[in-house]
Amino acid sequence: MTTSPAILPELPASSCSNPPILRERGQREVFCGLTGIMWLHRKIQDAFFLIVGSRTCAHLMQSAAGVMIFAEPRFATAIIEERDLAGLADANDELDRVVMRLLERRPDIKLLFLVGSCPSEVIKLDLSRAAKRLSERVSPAVRVLNYSGSGIETTFTQGEDACLAALVPSLAAAPADAPESLLVVGVLADAVEDQFRRIFAEIGIRHVDFLPARKAGAMPSIGPGTRYLLAQPFLGETARLIEGRGGQRITAPFPLGAEGAAGWIHAAGVTFGIAPAVIDAAIAAPLERARKAVSRYRDMLAGRRIFFFPDSQLEVPIARFLHRELGMELVEVGTPYFHKDHLAADLAMLPAGTAFSEGQDVDRQIDRCRKAAPDIVVCGLGLANPLEAEGMTTKWAIELVFTPIQGFEQAGDLAELFARPLNRRARLEV
Amino acid sequence: MQLTVWTYEGPPHVGAMRVATAMRDLHYVLHAPQGDTYADLLFTMIERRSKRPPVTYTTFQARDLGGDTAALFQTVCHEAYERFRPKAMIVGASCTGELIQDDPAGLAKAGGLPIPVIPLELPSYQKKENWGAAETFYQIVRHLAGPHALPPNAARPVRAAGEKPRCNLLGPTALGFRHRDDVRAISGLLERMGITINVTAPWEASPADIARLGHADFNVVLYPEIAGPAAQWLKRSFGQPVVSTVPIGVGATRDFITEVARLAEIDPAPFLKAEESRLPWYSRSVDSTYLTGKRVFIFGDATHAIAAARVAREELGFEVVGLGTYSREFARDVREAAARHGIEALITDDYLEVEAKVAELQPELVLGTQMERHIAKRLGVPCAVISAPVHVQDFPARYSPQMGFEGADVLFDTWVHPLMMGLEEHLLGMFRDDFEFHDGAAPSHLGHASRAPAAAAPARAAEPAFEVPAPAMAAAETADVGVLEGPTGWAPEAEQELRKIPFFVRGKARRNTESFAGQRGIRLITVETLYDAKAHFGR
Repeated sequence: MTTSPAILPELPASSCSNPPILRERGQREVFCGLTGIMWLHRKIQDAFFLIVGSRTCAHLMQSAAGVMIFAEPRFATAIIEERDLAGLADANDELDRVVMRLLERRPDIKLLFLVGSCPSEVIKLDLSRAAKRLSERVSPAVRVLNYSGSGIETTFTQGEDACLAALVPSLAAAPADAPESLLVVGVLADAVEDQFRRIFAEIGIRHVDFLPARKAGAMPSIGPGTRYLLAQPFLGETARLIEGRGGQRITAPFPLGAEGAAGWIHAAGVTFGIAPAVIDAAIAAPLERARKAVSRYRDMLAGRRIFFFPDSQLEVPIARFLHRELGMELVEVGTPYFHKDHLAADLAMLPAGTAFSEGQDVDRQIDRCRKAAPDIVVCGLGLANPLEAEGMTTKWAIELVFTPIQGFEQAGDLAELFARPLNRRARLEV
Repeated sequence: MQLTVWTYEGPPHVGAMRVATAMRDLHYVLHAPQGDTYADLLFTMIERRSKRPPVTYTTFQARDLGGDTAALFQTVCHEAYERFRPKAMIVGASCTGELIQDDPAGLAKAGGLPIPVIPLELPSYQKKENWGAAETFYQIVRHLAGPHALPPNAARPVRAAGEKPRCNLLGPTALGFRHRDDVRAISGLLERMGITINVTAPWEASPADIARLGHADFNVVLYPEIAGPAAQWLKRSFGQPVVSTVPIGVGATRDFITEVARLAEIDPAPFLKAEESRLPWYSRSVDSTYLTGKRVFIFGDATHAIAAARVAREELGFEVVGLGTYSREFARDVREAAARHGIEALITDDYLEVEAKVAELQPELVLGTQMERHIAKRLGVPCAVISAPVHVQDFPARYSPQMGFEGADVLFDTWVHPLMMGLEEHLLGMFRDDFEFHDGAAPSHLGHASRAPAAAAPARAAEPAFEVPAPAMAAAETADVGVLEGPTGWAPEAEQELRKIPFFVRGKARRNTESFAGQRGIRLITVETLYDAKAHFGR
């Protein structure tokens, strides 16, 4: 990791680079990868996500995040019915019919994702062939890609990984003589993306792209000159494919909290040969703002004990932020999947002996949580109210995915998300 | 394959979860992948339940598929039994579990648990949530009460003299539309009538309670979609007659009291006299004159839709212009009800079709589900919710039943509330172009919560292809602005004049005028045509 001693605090003497991890296999109380469509379809503004699945998939999309606020969703489900299960040829014809009907009604769609589900995977409906076949029919107006968001293969945010991984092979090759360019990978809120663009411009990185782009026609090109920086910790497959096309990863902590954002920008800057002093000067003001905004919540959070149930894979960098910038004590950091390489910089900043768990056996984990009696529990929506009713204070994890939390200007907001449940509990007299 | 944006019902295993979650001491082991655990949040978030649903999911993954998912299922059954110690267990598969064909029923039987294990066959690719709830409840009843059934051709034992009549209250589940409050309203009513409630089920019933369902003299079915098959089986096995009137509205509650009294062999007259609703007087109050003939569109599950149509016409003086349901199992009942209102029923689970129908009929009030609330909001029509699918708002903190006389009072309030009030409506008629008091202004008691046509229009323009079939879109938009294409056109002054008519009757005025012109071969509608048509049709 590249850091500037002038700005960043020292690492703990004994850090947590290769920690022991409790691996569990039991009931997993997490969303499947389809859920990622909820933010992906808002991010790529001319993309449509067609889930090929069951009524359960449609019901999940409708129930899980209150997305019915969107009058015009750019996602739908092609619900597999009994007669589709009778023979696969029939299912393919049916899919073509549904897609053609959809595209006729939505001429504004430029990119269509066929999204596999548990049932489509189990019956081995070949969506990559379907995507190829349909692409030939509807190109150049529409490009058809596919990925799987099935719960038997993906957990919650891995759906974004699968979606971006599907995009990578379709990205144009950068010319051989293209200058080195920076590619930021992972969905960020538009406002956050704009903030980072301004900072990169100010420190002098000229070619900066974001994957995914906001429009299907504006996706970046990649090649051996691509230096990529992950904005999210759950993009293992996407990273692998980018490297297959010559991209090189910039090792950095994730841009959560003042320290994370500074480390992330520094890592990029140094890769592009920018002098640390120039970077420090460019980020001095936002870094100061971030520290100030975070410090407002320190009194409320310092010394409080936090327990993470696995949810978004953001748990490790968030734990790092809460521990180092707010003084919280980490009781257990559960995560669905532990990508050691990508998390290396964050892990190095955590204290030795931090209790990590990967996967889940939800009933056993609840037992541990009850026993540990933490001050605040991060968990999914299925668990939050029952744990509250037992007297625990919870922070529902999905908000960490749906709220802009990355970057300097959002560091205070991230801290506030954890302070709010405690604040609320303190206010209520009944 | 069916292209679906929003869906009225979940899959059948969610119906089974609604039954399991309503009950006590029952556990559901579901062979399902990890994503299916989302269903827990329906109960913990939408219904704000303080306990996790009593469901254990096997959460198999891709890597398990090559191995022994059957063994996984058996292990999970045993662990769930050891941890939760239920008195009975239901077992089954979700849509994906069904495809891997592990036969949960056989596996659980072979597992040798010391409690009744009830297998569920819920075909996910054919059936839906309410069917799943009904089938689950039926299987639970058949398995647990079955051993106590009367011998074939035996008559029910006669109730001892002096013993109070007893009934069961069947149908209420978790995540039901006001089931919590309906149970309280109807239990109270029955108790005041001197009837003992033997068992309420599935709501807070234990397996032991289900086993003694046969002790009642008759069954009250509150929600036929859920308790219909179980009640029919109880009728066959225990000779228990079924009260089939669903007590939604004043008239239906009176009928219900009469029917119950007949089965309980008591005189209904004192109860019909003692029980009171404010609805009849409120409806007769002159303030309610403005409700006369309001055109209402009704859509929901069959029970609530049919009941709402009766209340709308007989108790509020509305005109029912549309009636439909997503409950295909009850299509015949809804068609019959619609015929009584002189209209054709809309039987569909395609939300786009419902949207098109609302746009076409241009009602003044929509009574529907949360889906119709969205439709109505987009089309600028007032709406009240009468049926599942539910939303967190459908679980109000206050007591708010739909059934019984108190329920009728709730219906009056909630259906009338979204409308423009009487004098307000008249003033709007008088001062149509008033700068503060125009079409876009919300009813004063609704604040900002009402329609905002100016904001809605650009949104529609920006994404014109929202999945409403083109004709519906056209109908919806021309209700506000624009000139109709086709054989009959509007002169600009006539169009201008039309706009002075309050928005909530404008659609009707437009349609009436066009059909008037069409019948007379008038190609261009003028101001004269508009008023000729008004005179022809009345209001």
